Amino acid sequence: MIRVRSHRYLLLALFVLAGCSEQSTTSDASGEMTQAASAASPEASPALSEAAEITGPVVVYSSRQEHLIKPLFDQFTAETGIQVQSQTGEDGPLIARLQAEGEQTFADILYTVDAGNLWSAAQKGLLAPIESDILERNIPAHLQDPENRWFGLSVRARTIAYSTERVNPAELDTYAGLADAKWQGRLCLRTSRKVYNMSLVATMIERLGEEQTQKIVEGWVDNLATRVFSSDALLIEAIAAGQCDVGIVNTYYLGQLQAENPDVPVALFWANQDSSGVHVNISGAGVTRHAKNPAAAQKLIEWLSTAEPQHMFSELNLEYPANPGIAPVDLVASWGEFKQDQLNVETAGRLQADAVKLMDRADYR
Amino acid sequence: MKNSLVTSGWLWRGPAFVAAAIVIFPILIILLQWGTVGTGEQEIWQHLFATKLDRLALNTLLLVLGVGLSVTLLGVSLAWLTTLCDFPGRRIFEWALMLPLAIPGYVMAFVFLGIMNYAGPVQTFLRNRFGNDAWFPDVQGVMGVITILSLVLYPYVYMLARSAFLNQGRKLMDAGQLLGLSRRQAFFRVAIPVARPAIVAGLALALMETLADFGAVKVFNYDTFTTAIYDAWYGLFNLTVAAQLASLLLLFVGVTLVLEKQSRDKARYTQEGGAQSRSSYRLQGGQAVAATVFCTLVLVTAFLIPLGQLLIWLFEAGFGELDERYLGFLGHTLSLGAMAGLLAVGIALLMAFVKRLPGTPVAKRWTSLSIRLSTLGYALPGSVLAVGIMLGFNLLEMGSLISNSVIALVVAYCCRFLAVAYAPVDSGVEQVKPSVIDAARSLGAGPGRLLRDIYLPLLRPGLITAFTIVLVDVMKEMPATLMMRPFGWDTLAVRIYTMTAEGQWERAALPAVTLILIGLVPVYLLIRAARNRPS
Repeated sequence: MIRVRSHRYLLLALFVLAGCSEQSTTSDASGEMTQAASAASPEASPALSEAAEITGPVVVYSSRQEHLIKPLFDQFTAETGIQVQSQTGEDGPLIARLQAEGEQTFADILYTVDAGNLWSAAQKGLLAPIESDILERNIPAHLQDPENRWFGLSVRARTIAYSTERVNPAELDTYAGLADAKWQGRLCLRTSRKVYNMSLVATMIERLGEEQTQKIVEGWVDNLATRVFSSDALLIEAIAAGQCDVGIVNTYYLGQLQAENPDVPVALFWANQDSSGVHVNISGAGVTRHAKNPAAAQKLIEWLSTAEPQHMFSELNLEYPANPGIAPVDLVASWGEFKQDQLNVETAGRLQADAVKLMDRADYR
Repeated sequence: MKNSLVTSGWLWRGPAFVAAAIVIFPILIILLQWGTVGTGEQEIWQHLFATKLDRLALNTLLLVLGVGLSVTLLGVSLAWLTTLCDFPGRRIFEWALMLPLAIPGYVMAFVFLGIMNYAGPVQTFLRNRFGNDAWFPDVQGVMGVITILSLVLYPYVYMLARSAFLNQGRKLMDAGQLLGLSRRQAFFRVAIPVARPAIVAGLALALMETLADFGAVKVFNYDTFTTAIYDAWYGLFNLTVAAQLASLLLLFVGVTLVLEKQSRDKARYTQEGGAQSRSSYRLQGGQAVAATVFCTLVLVTAFLIPLGQLLIWLFEAGFGELDERYLGFLGHTLSLGAMAGLLAVGIALLMAFVKRLPGTPVAKRWTSLSIRLSTLGYALPGSVLAVGIMLGFNLLEMGSLISNSVIALVVAYCCRFLAVAYAPVDSGVEQVKPSVIDAARSLGAGPGRLLRDIYLPLLRPGLITAFTIVLVDVMKEMPATLMMRPFGWDTLAVRIYTMTAEGQWERAALPAVTLILIGLVPVYLLIRAARNRPS
């Protein structure tokens, strides 16, 4: 009995070793090929890599979920014939990998969520500046790097969500207002570890200064109804279920819930409309410093800033198009127009470390 | 003859040191980050000390104590029941209690939070039934995390304790009772101490995994030392401080392991010759019912509920996602696991073997030191270890190997999971009677023949166990795979990540269910190997 099984393991081992050596020969060969082929995945069919040699595929390191970007890339390929390959990962590790790979990297584009990550990649010299009239025309100044190393492609608004059953929207005004004692035991927040909250607090530091921001954050913490949440979706569900009455969320999470259940008793309030405007962050992209196919990479980013893909962003994840000329889908439009904070989103990156420390000091976990 | 054995020993010691060097290299790189303490780093350290380091250390300690206590209680009691007692359902529980090994901690965490949070089905039902003030335990707190991690990690203790109890058989207990101990006394004073090395080995694995865990604590928002590592990295953009924090984690683990070794003194436990009696205590009446209920309860919470919830999500979402790509995910998952498993077991065997070769005290000291260092990687969070490996490959100007091949990733797995392979291999070697080895030596067998003709046949169950656990662990591993996989090498764990748009875990039901079901195959083999071990 044992003997038979050990043979089976041996077979498995041989199979694996064979697979392994086959893999390494393919990749060794591709390493020496032209740059176009070298970027092709070892698994690309011969027909596919032949087609790729004409234009060369664009390789994207992306922290966005596949179902949110793949339809866009497929559309781009259909229109231009340029293949797009994406590798999904977490922001921090993707940037670390890009840095470790150095000149050897296959990545042409770094596509991340949150300006802080793009700022950090740019700081490390991993992104090359893009000179593009199309991008300058389509993307507002506050949603792009002042040195053109990255551009926002979709806008994510972070504002106040409230229970329509227990809160009169007239009681709401600003993010800072949630520190008021009237919200004692009624506020839900997501963890300070989430970059969205780091960005929000970073812009508050820029606008209001450290001292005042810390007072506000301490007020929030005093008002918490329960432990901080690990996701915006859970937070909104908690408001709906009655665990708390108000919270700070990214709008598309409510959209996702409304798409499933239009009667969910939670609504959005546009914060800071009489002052700085709603805090916005971006998903955005830049061309890597050592891109093998920078022209095609730039072309993809430019294309993403145009009308159809911009609308698709709003369709796919209920976000706002970064291009102000493009309308979002109906569900998103139904939340009404609002004033965006015009502060350049790179603030989020520049002051992120300060924001993290401030939230630590305020014991916002 | 003695001399020739010592010199030829170096033929084996050499490769073992090389293997150790490869595995230790990334760990060293993490340690070397202490070389750069600039003003930025100093400032962050001051900040950490001033704000939350004490709380994180306390949280981590609580978690380690809680998980340690509950995996020991669960693992040892279940192992004892299923090996030396007889009660209804024992033959099923024997293998079924291993099944939770196939469930990744992050999956268990999100499934339980989905069921138990305030807006989830259980609490909603209770509120509707008993009103808004119905009491409910604080599932998001430390008890929640301890529960989740214990449920996925107790199989390590269970598995190793089981094999120890199987080896002991009932004879030891009987001997103890003959000498006038009560059954309870015999259990605590004979059976447990003899099984202690195995129990401690299982416990060490569970605790190192606990320290390295980021998935479950992230879902539960429970701050530990590991979350501080990620805070420094993602939040403060300072990878150096992150690595420094990680190396403190290693220091903690290293010191604990050394203390344990010393407290065990020089005691040595070897298998008694002769066939073990398989006779067991037949539980009657209330005892039998209690045993069955206890095992059922563990099995239901640790395996059936999470799998059931995933299946419900899966049927709600439909199978539209399922296509031929899944063959690829599956193939990558299995082949990465098998490659890492083979390599890790090979290295573990080499090390366990070399450790017992005769040699000068210096050589012996270096051997045991390098083994100890090589198995530390298990306590490092996957992506921190991955950073060490990537920096290492970069230093050696082999950066392209990361994107081009699976080599870097397989090395990462070996660094991470060598401890998992080493524990069963080493305890297997430990139980080979020295007299057998001495006899073979006196008959002129060199290290090669010893390994081939004595160790390998005797160790087969241990080797299979080691291989299979590494396989399952690699299949479940997410952060390092996510970070280091070459293009096109998406695995099921990667798929789970790719599918979950933040908090929408139910989207990932398909890859999660696939991962668990596929993981059951090696777990099944593991059970078979354990059951058929020659005695």
